[in-house]
Amino acid sequence: MRDELGDRIRANPKYQELVSKRNSYSWVMTILMLLVYYGYIVLVAFNKEFLAQKTGAGVTSYGIPIGVGVIVFTIIITGIYIRRANTEFDALKEQVIKEATK
Amino acid sequence: MRTSKLFLGLLALLASGVALAAGADLGQAEKQATNWTAIAMFGIFVAGTMYITKWAASKTKSAADFYTAGGGITGFQNGLAIAGDYMSAASFLGISAAVMANGYDGLIYAIGFLVGWPIITFLMAERLRNLGKFTFADVAGYRFQQTPIRAFAASGTLVVVAFYLIAQMVGAGQLIKLLFGLEYWMAVVIVGALMMVYVLFGGMTATTWVQIIKAVLLLCGASFMAFMVLVKFGFSPEAMFAKAVEIKSALAAKDAKLIADAAAAAAASGKDVAEVTAAMAAAKGDSIMGPGNFVKDPISAISFGMALMFGTAGLPHILMRFFTVPDAKEARKSVGWATVWIGYFYILTFIIGFGAITFVLTDPTFLDAKGVLKGGGNMAAIHLANAVGGNVFLGFISAVAFATILAVVAGLTLSGASAVSHDLYATVFKKGNADSAAELRVSRITTIVLGVIAVVLGIAFEKQNIAFMVSLAFAIAASANFPVLFMSVLWKDCTTKGAVIGGFLGLISAVVMTVLSDSVWVATLGNPKGSAPFPYTSPALFSMTIGFVGIWIFSLLDRSPNAQQERADFAAQLIRSETGIGAAGASGH
Repeated sequence: MRDELGDRIRANPKYQELVSKRNSYSWVMTILMLLVYYGYIVLVAFNKEFLAQKTGAGVTSYGIPIGVGVIVFTIIITGIYIRRANTEFDALKEQVIKEATK
Repeated sequence: MRTSKLFLGLLALLASGVALAAGADLGQAEKQATNWTAIAMFGIFVAGTMYITKWAASKTKSAADFYTAGGGITGFQNGLAIAGDYMSAASFLGISAAVMANGYDGLIYAIGFLVGWPIITFLMAERLRNLGKFTFADVAGYRFQQTPIRAFAASGTLVVVAFYLIAQMVGAGQLIKLLFGLEYWMAVVIVGALMMVYVLFGGMTATTWVQIIKAVLLLCGASFMAFMVLVKFGFSPEAMFAKAVEIKSALAAKDAKLIADAAAAAAASGKDVAEVTAAMAAAKGDSIMGPGNFVKDPISAISFGMALMFGTAGLPHILMRFFTVPDAKEARKSVGWATVWIGYFYILTFIIGFGAITFVLTDPTFLDAKGVLKGGGNMAAIHLANAVGGNVFLGFISAVAFATILAVVAGLTLSGASAVSHDLYATVFKKGNADSAAELRVSRITTIVLGVIAVVLGIAFEKQNIAFMVSLAFAIAASANFPVLFMSVLWKDCTTKGAVIGGFLGLISAVVMTVLSDSVWVATLGNPKGSAPFPYTSPALFSMTIGFVGIWIFSLLDRSPNAQQERADFAAQLIRSETGIGAAGASGH
């Protein structure tokens, strides 16, 4: 019974579309996040002087907006992914389930 | 019947602890009298959470209620609860203290604690919810032989929980020592007793609500502190940084070592001593605006970053929270909200740390005779609360910080108890045929055992730096739990043998390399400085690699009939993880 359902789902092109679309999207987002965070860490490790450099006449360094920027980026990229997953991908998923169980 | 007796007994134990606290407080000098506010607020928190626990106890009838609150928590509630589970005493007290001590380095540390959340969102949250039921072992072991994979998952869970618990207990001990004027060990016992009451009787429902309440209180309290600090500087971060640099420079100019170094440098170069001293002090003060010595070398930096990022995705008490929501959509919303709150919170701790430099380091009421912060470095945020909001607010923040610890230890203990009762007892010993009541009983016994162990370890590790202890837990979570979870869910050819051997290799290598590193080899074992065989701050870069490569190689080498079956079962697992068909849903309360 379960296998029959599985075969039906696998045969549905919408399922293939869902899996490939969502997986490639989540990997792209993952790689973006890794680039931003490890880019920042490599900057910390290899170019401390740049982060300590002043943005203007005051004491504020480039490290401050960059560091806070990483935090904001993290929140935004998570939000963007969830938005698309909860609308577009979930709608596709509902269709797949409906077509498989009807 | 028996449960209610136990409940009363623990309440009595607790009441005696609080009475002792009050007694000790009465015996102190006048300065301690103000702490009644803190005690009263803490009392209100305890009364409120006890009421919730009583309500939750009436709803906790089955093992499913105990582990997942029946699966009926919404995404928004769970997001707050995750934030409440994750924003530990180490985050609040440790990071604000790190910012106060070293400035920018504290921000680097905080960012590491945040960046794991997108990874969980993109790769794990939905699959966890679709495949799992009570523990992350349900997910990792979906198509594997149960005994070995559960034994591994329970080990991974308990080791991580143990390290994390120690850090929380130490934080609790320090905090209450300062707040109530209590002996360290008494504070730890009170935390242990309260946490046991929440988990024993209220299970996941009580734990969730304790975490939600704590998250709301902590976010409100921290927002107020950051607001008050910014008000003083006319909402100009530049003005705040400038003042902090000025204070740090002035403090550096009085530092004996700096004066001696400056004198030596002046003698060598023939320049004026006062001039050299002033220049060196100014440079020292300004160093808080850029990365300092927190990151020793590039390898340590990357390794530590990996521990924090992937460790977050391997923390058993966090992973367990994904089973409390009804479906994948709510699971995603959970992480979304959690990321928002946690990110916002770390920005606040950064402001609070700088606020502590400007308000606390200059005020002799917060310093002892030697000019060191009263109660230790981790008390930066607590003193700042007093400075910006007076005694009432100090009482509030102290109560919140204490609630923070309670919420985190309750989540940790619940996770440890479920590893023993669900993974070991119900699945391994009873082969999945344990009845719910027996499983629940085992969870409760384990909760008591874990509570006692936590208290003993909390006392044994009194002098450790709490923020650092947490990083050990993260390294192990990143090297053992995360690779097994990741590979079992995403890689078709992963087998039981590969997952278990690779997972244990990751676990053991993370522990061994940590023991051989400076922090344990020199600081704890007392070996001479520089003799540590492992030269980096964090083992994660190496131990995670060992874990992943171990899983990969031993899976490929596995040619047993079982392995063939496990690979064949991946297709069905994939459909469930992608669509949620057949996933354990809300039990319908």
